[in-house]
Amino acid sequence: MKQFFIFVRKEFLHVFRDNKTLLMLFGLPIAQIVLFGFALTNEIKDSKIVICDYAQDNASRQLIDKIAVSRNFIVKEQMIDQQQIKSVFQQGDVKLVVVFPNNFEQDLLHSNQAQLQVIADASDPNTASTLTSYISSITSDFQQNFNAGNQMQPIISPEIRMLYNPELKGATNFVPGVMALVLLLVCVLMTSVSIVREKEKGTMEILLVSPMNPLTVIIAKAIPYFFLSLINLTVILLMSVFLLDMPMNGSLLLLYLVSSILILCALSLGLLISNVTESQQAAMLISLMAMLLPTVLFSGFMFPLENMPVALQVVANAVPSKWYYIIVKSIMIKGVGFLSIWKETLVLSGMTLFLLLVSFKKFKIRLQ
Amino acid sequence: MDAKNIVISAQDLTKQFGDFTAVDQITFEVYGGEIFGFLGANGAGKTTAMRMLCGLSKPSGGKASVAGFDIYREPEQIKRNIGYMSQKFSLYEDLTIKENIQFFGGIYGLSDRVLKEKSTDLIQQLGLAEHAHTLVGSLPLGWKQKLAFSVAIIHQPSIVFLDEPTGGVDPITRRQFWDLIYEAADQGITIFVTTHYMDEAEYCNRISMMVDGKIAALDSPTALKQEFAAETMDDVFFQLARQAKRKSD
Repeated sequence: MKQFFIFVRKEFLHVFRDNKTLLMLFGLPIAQIVLFGFALTNEIKDSKIVICDYAQDNASRQLIDKIAVSRNFIVKEQMIDQQQIKSVFQQGDVKLVVVFPNNFEQDLLHSNQAQLQVIADASDPNTASTLTSYISSITSDFQQNFNAGNQMQPIISPEIRMLYNPELKGATNFVPGVMALVLLLVCVLMTSVSIVREKEKGTMEILLVSPMNPLTVIIAKAIPYFFLSLINLTVILLMSVFLLDMPMNGSLLLLYLVSSILILCALSLGLLISNVTESQQAAMLISLMAMLLPTVLFSGFMFPLENMPVALQVVANAVPSKWYYIIVKSIMIKGVGFLSIWKETLVLSGMTLFLLLVSFKKFKIRLQ
Repeated sequence: MDAKNIVISAQDLTKQFGDFTAVDQITFEVYGGEIFGFLGANGAGKTTAMRMLCGLSKPSGGKASVAGFDIYREPEQIKRNIGYMSQKFSLYEDLTIKENIQFFGGIYGLSDRVLKEKSTDLIQQLGLAEHAHTLVGSLPLGWKQKLAFSVAIIHQPSIVFLDEPTGGVDPITRRQFWDLIYEAADQGITIFVTTHYMDEAEYCNRISMMVDGKIAALDSPTALKQEFAAETMDDVFFQLARQAKRKSD
């Protein structure tokens, strides 16, 4: 047991003496959160739109105000005709034009049906559909308030409800994905590199000749990275809650528990990788490829799994981060308890157990 | 030196990698307290043989015992009783001298008190007192090797295996390194050392010459020189190595 602590202490020394490791441990998550949270967000802010109000009545004014206060849009009011719309778009920075026809309020009050023309620059289809969905959600919100007390519900546009994320905030999608990505990357990279480094430098031989049990070596190596990953997780969580307004509705304890399972899973993957590689570079490359791609492609945080061919959806099931992503979203956003996520947790735990056993078995006690 | 006290014995020890027989039925004995040189050209199989004795590599056939323990059945006991220094200089470069000593002493289960004494003594002996808190990576190679050797015997093993310990250092440092080896031998530690420096062979009590995975000659340097009618160990080596069919790497 004493040997074990001596070893753990040594591993911590390695980590703290190596600036590159420290940078990777703490710089990476911060960079990822900032990147994904701010730069790569699919939320569109401060988009310039033109509103052309032919109605100039009470209802149109109210709706325009409502659109104008949304932080998605910067509204410019301008009277233009159909011909001019194209030229507005061609100037480039206006992405959407909303046209209120004459008698907007009257139509709404008397026939319960009003028309609103929303014209989007669909040369970028994603932006266009996101912007129109913002408009529809603002509109539908508006009509409910406008007609409050009135029994007749007007039908202008289909009602769109954005459950859990009414503002369509990007962070809710990205943060759990980034958490999975960072935890996996850091753990897999760190363990595989730290073991392969000992192989490269020849110290592994000394350890194997020593009376230290190989299992003790592995566990002692994994422990610092396990704790550092938990600190990492805390950094990510703090940043996403306070910087990106990510909700934290569920139990923190449960979140840390599930994350610990993922970290264990990542540690055993790192161990496996260290068994098949002889150089630190190779270990790094394999870790990056093996973690980054599947997590980005198959966890569902970049590309919705539902849109993938069935074969790929099946493949996605084998990616631990997919399950972790589902669990984290459920805990943080929906605030559910263990009972709602036990299936996913079971799958993740099963994978972890399997990988752990395989990597222990594969860890070579004798060099050749 | 007690010639009766056998600390390493190998019988028909063999290691095959696929079709290639790296070590081919070698049989020899090493006596307690002696400096046993394990010589051979590159690729002759010395490192492989040594690794089998240390429990780093599983033999394909034959029998061997180290410090009285069987290499198949009691590898854990063997590990407790041997020290090992590999070709690659092997201490942690990002730890200080003191931290390295404490780590390696610690994993051999030395108590804190013994460890403290030992590390102070050792640092004194090597004349590294003012460098105790220097990172090992910044030391010159000769110092690192001396330190690595001292660390390899910090737990007072009965045998220490040295795998080409003096590769790449200048003759003076090599001489100093051998002084350390003699000191250890005086304390009763058996030294099993592989080398391809023939001047170092002269320092050994007995040497074995490996050619193509087999032991071609085994005796004291003086006896070997007589047997091959050679002036120096270099000549002995050339005569034997010329028989080799295997290409060195």
